[in-house]
Amino acid sequence: MRKRRYSPIWTFLALLILALFLIFVVYPLVLILYKSVVNPADNSFTLENFTRFFTRKYYTNTLLNSFSVTVVSTLISATLGLVIAYITRQYKITGSKWLNICIVVSYLSPPFIGAYAWIQLLGRNGLFTRIINQLFGIHFGGIYGFAGIVLVFSLQSFPLVYMYVSGALQNLDNSLNEAAESLGANNFQRVTGIILPLVLPTVLASSLLVFMRVFSDFGTPMLIGEGYRTFPVVLYNQFMGEVTNDSYFAAALCVIIMAITLVFFFLQRYIASKHSYAMSALKPMLPRPQRPLPKALCHVFVYLVVLVALLPQLTVIVTSFLKESTPGIFTTELSLINYETIFSKNPRIIPNTYLFGLAAIALVVVLGVLISYLAVRRKSVITSTVDTLTMLPYIIPGSVLGICFLYAFAQPPLALTGTAMIIIISLTVRRMPYTIRSSTAIISQISPSIEEAAVSLGASEVRSFGEIMLPMMMPGVISGAIMSWVTVISELSSSIMLYRASTQTLTVAVYTEVIRDCFGNAAAYSTVLTVTSVLSLLLFFKLTGRRDISV
Amino acid sequence: MGVAIHVDNVTKAYGKNIVIQGLSAEIKPGEFFTLLGPSGCGKTTLLRMIIGFNTIEAGEIRVNDKVINTIPTNKRNMGMVFQNYAVFPHMSVRDNVAYGLKTRRIPKAERYRKADEILKLVKIDQYADRMPTQLSGGQQQRVALARAIVIEPEVLLMDEPLSNLDAKLRVEMRNVIKQIQHQIGITTVYVTHDQEEALAISDRIAVMNDGVIQQIGTPKHIYQRPANEFVSTFIGLSNLLDAECSGNVLSFEGGYQAPVRTLRDNVAGKVHVAVRPEEFTIHPESEAGIPATVNSSVFLGMTQHYFMTLNGGKEIEVVENSDLTDIIPDGSKVRLQIVPDKVNIFDAEKRTSLIREGV
Repeated sequence: MRKRRYSPIWTFLALLILALFLIFVVYPLVLILYKSVVNPADNSFTLENFTRFFTRKYYTNTLLNSFSVTVVSTLISATLGLVIAYITRQYKITGSKWLNICIVVSYLSPPFIGAYAWIQLLGRNGLFTRIINQLFGIHFGGIYGFAGIVLVFSLQSFPLVYMYVSGALQNLDNSLNEAAESLGANNFQRVTGIILPLVLPTVLASSLLVFMRVFSDFGTPMLIGEGYRTFPVVLYNQFMGEVTNDSYFAAALCVIIMAITLVFFFLQRYIASKHSYAMSALKPMLPRPQRPLPKALCHVFVYLVVLVALLPQLTVIVTSFLKESTPGIFTTELSLINYETIFSKNPRIIPNTYLFGLAAIALVVVLGVLISYLAVRRKSVITSTVDTLTMLPYIIPGSVLGICFLYAFAQPPLALTGTAMIIIISLTVRRMPYTIRSSTAIISQISPSIEEAAVSLGASEVRSFGEIMLPMMMPGVISGAIMSWVTVISELSSSIMLYRASTQTLTVAVYTEVIRDCFGNAAAYSTVLTVTSVLSLLLFFKLTGRRDISV
Repeated sequence: MGVAIHVDNVTKAYGKNIVIQGLSAEIKPGEFFTLLGPSGCGKTTLLRMIIGFNTIEAGEIRVNDKVINTIPTNKRNMGMVFQNYAVFPHMSVRDNVAYGLKTRRIPKAERYRKADEILKLVKIDQYADRMPTQLSGGQQQRVALARAIVIEPEVLLMDEPLSNLDAKLRVEMRNVIKQIQHQIGITTVYVTHDQEEALAISDRIAVMNDGVIQQIGTPKHIYQRPANEFVSTFIGLSNLLDAECSGNVLSFEGGYQAPVRTLRDNVAGKVHVAVRPEEFTIHPESEAGIPATVNSSVFLGMTQHYFMTLNGGKEIEVVENSDLTDIIPDGSKVRLQIVPDKVNIFDAEKRTSLIREGV
């Protein structure tokens, strides 16, 4: 077959994008790899940083700690997510539409906000702690360390599994259920023999996403971990610490955590490729009738879990309107003092958040659509390379990306440290893989002959892209952009590394206020963030007419 | 030996929307019974009531005189083949087929032996270890069929099983289904909207429209003696002509008269005459007949089709077996006569057949 010749503009665009990725992804990564194995004294090769890490119990213990909180949280998240997704898809749960929104909202807030809110509730001086201690006359010291971290991560991550599994269940054709029934399967046999195996790949894939998120999150263990040190905490301290600041050792830590996420990334890919069933439901599952008792139990369970998952958000919103007597201790007096403080203290924080978020979204959408178009419709060595490179940020934890950027762009010609630009770029890079994946899915659903028809009618390639492909892709792209927006404004781990006072964003402000025990301000900032997320989410549901989302 | 199914005065309603009201039918043991009708006529609804996916609001369904209304689907012992096959994507072909035996707690060796036997019967034993995604549509449908019959169900139900296949495969598979059904002698209820498929495969057909069975009969009977105008136009092609009937003579426009011997007693007044394209004969303008003008013609090898307009402006289709004479040119004026014994005559008001029983 003769290869079709495409307009050179695509090659030019592909090369341009490739150059951008080489500068902003590959170069920082290579630099950090280099730093991790170089001896600063004489620029010779050394593995000293790695041997130092793996031979000291202090460091290896943090890895073990990280793995145990991550494994336990992931297991709990997966179970909760799977069970709730199954119940809400298979039975009629009153108010399931609002439950769904609540679950998504509880997922969208950054995990560390959950950590600090749970300290308010179950910490040493927490509301629930005091109630429990008074009721039972005990001295419960609050939920810190392992239990606290697991609590926060589980509640914050099960929505991800829920969303994925719920989507998979929706694609499960009801005739599979009916076929099983007609072959004599009872309810238990049907669920264990048909439904579970079919959604298991989705459960595993989403669990691994949870695993990677939880493993590389440092805000939560930082706040609620106390003596329980996890790997990202050590990484953060190593880098930001005032006592020790060995950037070469920090680089080695970055490499170690990337190696781990890389392993899990490929594990996820392997599982996904081995057990993926292309399912599309002609007739999705219908709600089954239930007897009153099981029905009541299902309702209680789902509502309870969602309520507990939402508690941090509710706590934050309520406390944002309370006055503090001393820092960290809320009175019951209602006031707007916290809001007055945050608006007068650093008025740039909220505009910053919106501005950086919107700029990053604009970049992500334009580049994402172009890259996926090139990768799907203009396959070449260059576009395939770009496509592979764009997956890299997927495995780079946010804090590592922040560190990479700091090392890479500290001096001319690309002295970006401290600028708004570096934050926008880091947000763009972090979000890119998700946008490309969803755009690729959108493009694959549009038949190539549509474009060929446009060209046959006399449109140029660029014109057919602009007048035919883009408008067709727009609905999907816009809904993807709203989801990107919501995740970008709640990003903490790379911004926290890169911010200056002038480039603070909401999440950074919440974090720094929490660290300073200014819980009132933190609550006010978080509330602004939550309100923004919820409004964006409602806009998303309104625009798309959908009830489910994919992140 | 198959079982008999009695559908007795059943009603299906979704809330206030009644889909089927007071429908009755009797399906004989070992029979291949087809529910045929346009989409939305209630045929699938009825099938799903028989297997138990749909509740029955009133009336009852009996299998061998046992009422099954409240028996859950998984205890009914009926096999079903679905329109989209519904082959379990995570199981191999053999495991798919053996699944129904597994739920019946049949030992592993035994159920694989039986599964392999059936796979041979439907001629896909060479794919037993494959996953469904590696099979074509036709092969997947064979898996679905094997899976439904391996449990030795009392009744086999099929919901448009061939509609996702291409035309050639459809013909091949319907012969497979017919042959296997015949071989194991199982009572089968088959749903389709494809009349040719229904004619080819069924022992008897129930033609449905708007939730009502219009006629039940053998394929030949339904085609040749439709009970009403709906059946006559839905099965095959019928040209409906206005005529006046008196004393067993039909009078058409233009004065053409044809005596008929098939009418019931005392039929008189306005009637509709349903003439299939092959039930016309074409004559020169000088002879008696209904005046018509040839618009266009299509030569299909075995047959010669003419599209004509009657004087009143009605468009009709006429078919002749092709012979060596010249094709009548477009624009020609001709006269059409009917084959009186073959045509069907309907009451112009009630649109039901006026043909005597048994002719």
